[in-house]
Amino acid sequence: MKKLIATFATAALLSTAAMSAQQSTEVQADIDAFQNHFLKAFPGKSLNDFADGPYAMSEDKMMQFEAVMEMPPFEDLVNKGEKLWKTPFANGKTYSSCFSGSDETLRVQFPHWSDKKGKFVTLEQSIVDCRKANGEKKMGTGKGKLAYMSAYLTTIAEGQKISVIVPNGNAKALAAYNQGKKEFYAKRGQLNLSCANCHVDAAGQRVRGNTLSPALGHITHFPVWRGKWAKKKGDGFGTIQRRYGGCNKQVRAKPRKRQKAQYTNLEVFHTAMSNGMKISGTAYRE
Amino acid sequence: MKKTISSISAVVTLAALFVMPMEAGAKEMSGKDLAFNRKLGNCLGCHAIDGGTQPGNIGPPLVAMKARFPDKAVLRAQIWDATVKNPNSMMPPFGRHKALSESQIDKITDYIHSL
Ligand code: HEC
Ligand code: HEC
Repeated sequence: MKKLIATFATAALLSTAAMSAQQSTEVQADIDAFQNHFLKAFPGKSLNDFADGPYAMSEDKMMQFEAVMEMPPFEDLVNKGEKLWKTPFANGKTYSSCFSGSDETLRVQFPHWSDKKGKFVTLEQSIVDCRKANGEKKMGTGKGKLAYMSAYLTTIAEGQKISVIVPNGNAKALAAYNQGKKEFYAKRGQLNLSCANCHVDAAGQRVRGNTLSPALGHITHFPVWRGKWAKKKGDGFGTIQRRYGGCNKQVRAKPRKRQKAQYTNLEVFHTAMSNGMKISGTAYRE
Repeated sequence: MKKTISSISAVVTLAALFVMPMEAGAKEMSGKDLAFNRKLGNCLGCHAIDGGTQPGNIGPPLVAMKARFPDKAVLRAQIWDATVKNPNSMMPPFGRHKALSESQIDKITDYIHSL
């Protein structure tokens, strides 16, 4: 016990304010309940199995998935993302200069609570902010260049553990998390469905031919490369918040604005529910 | 102002162009067509129905409906707003949310009741 306390104390002394924060007990209870629900509902699966989404639900689909992943259709775009990430701005600085810690850790540092901003910030928003701080043009946060860079950061983060912290005792952070939680459980749209209806209640079941993925493990591989997006708009990578928009539209609800409170807090809740899972690198989806 | 008026009327004309044929088409759709259409009932999204391909399995198969719903009004009520019986139902409240018109719901009810 003494040792535990000592370790905590050293950790607190050594790290920055954000990193030393302990998880809100309320949030930890949500995470435990959420993960236990899926582990019970799908006996025999371990936490990281859920990273494969709909493919983890059917052997047939898993074979198709593995075949595609042998020759991933997105490697060129990830390489493009790496190049973009490493190309200095006009002022000579690089993206990395806006962040602390090595590039490999950036994916799992986000989303995190920022005391300075008084809100949660996502990796995608931080990249946009970094461009702005360095006098570069704005960049869209759904797809394209920013998604390639984010995909590169996800690729090099493979194996790192998701660990979203809602700092214990921080009422403002907890309120933001709870807003995201509400966004996840509230029914919306003409079809009156919540994220939880499809990705918790009906996970593993089929809407027509589509097997619904469990929300646990949803974000281990984002930005994701989707065949559907590749067909429609040319490239194929989309950020997690682009996907939220797509799922909202499916139920005929108006998508929220990306990188504003509703989706960002949803991303906080949604990501926190997968705490402890490993980033699997970018992946293919139908 | 003039410009606004003319663009409004352009929108109205455009809307009319799109809406009119759809409604005309919808009038000729049978209960089965309405139930199977992905943009309308899309009942196959969640229910197996005889004659429908690639059904989902979120809801129960729609079979022997007369036995399960001797009173057709109860069946209609389920389609109009499934959340009355189960507030967290996955089934969209087609009538309450106006995803289908009253006459479309009547036709679907007749068709489902015949299964
Ligand atoms: C009508 C059912 C439905 C609702 C409601 C819905 N989704 Fe989805 N969602 C799908 C389907 C179908 C897919 C594609 C198959 C899959 O991966 O589950 C999908 C895919 C996703 C994916 C991609 C998973 C991956 O591994 O690539 C994410 C993330 C997601 N949904 C999140 C959400 C969130 C968050 C909400 C609420 C804002 C939501 N969904 C609401 C049906 C739904
Ligand atoms: C997104 C999913 C979904 C869609 C779409 C859907 N349903 Fe359902 N339906 C359900 C679920 C789930 C139930 C189980 C009861 C409940 O939870 O409300 C159900 C129950 C029913 C029942 C009651 C069955 C019984 O034996 O109690 C009927 C009848 C029915 N649905 C008809 C329809 C018709 C007709 C349509 C299309 C116009 C339709 N449903 C579309 C999900 C759906």
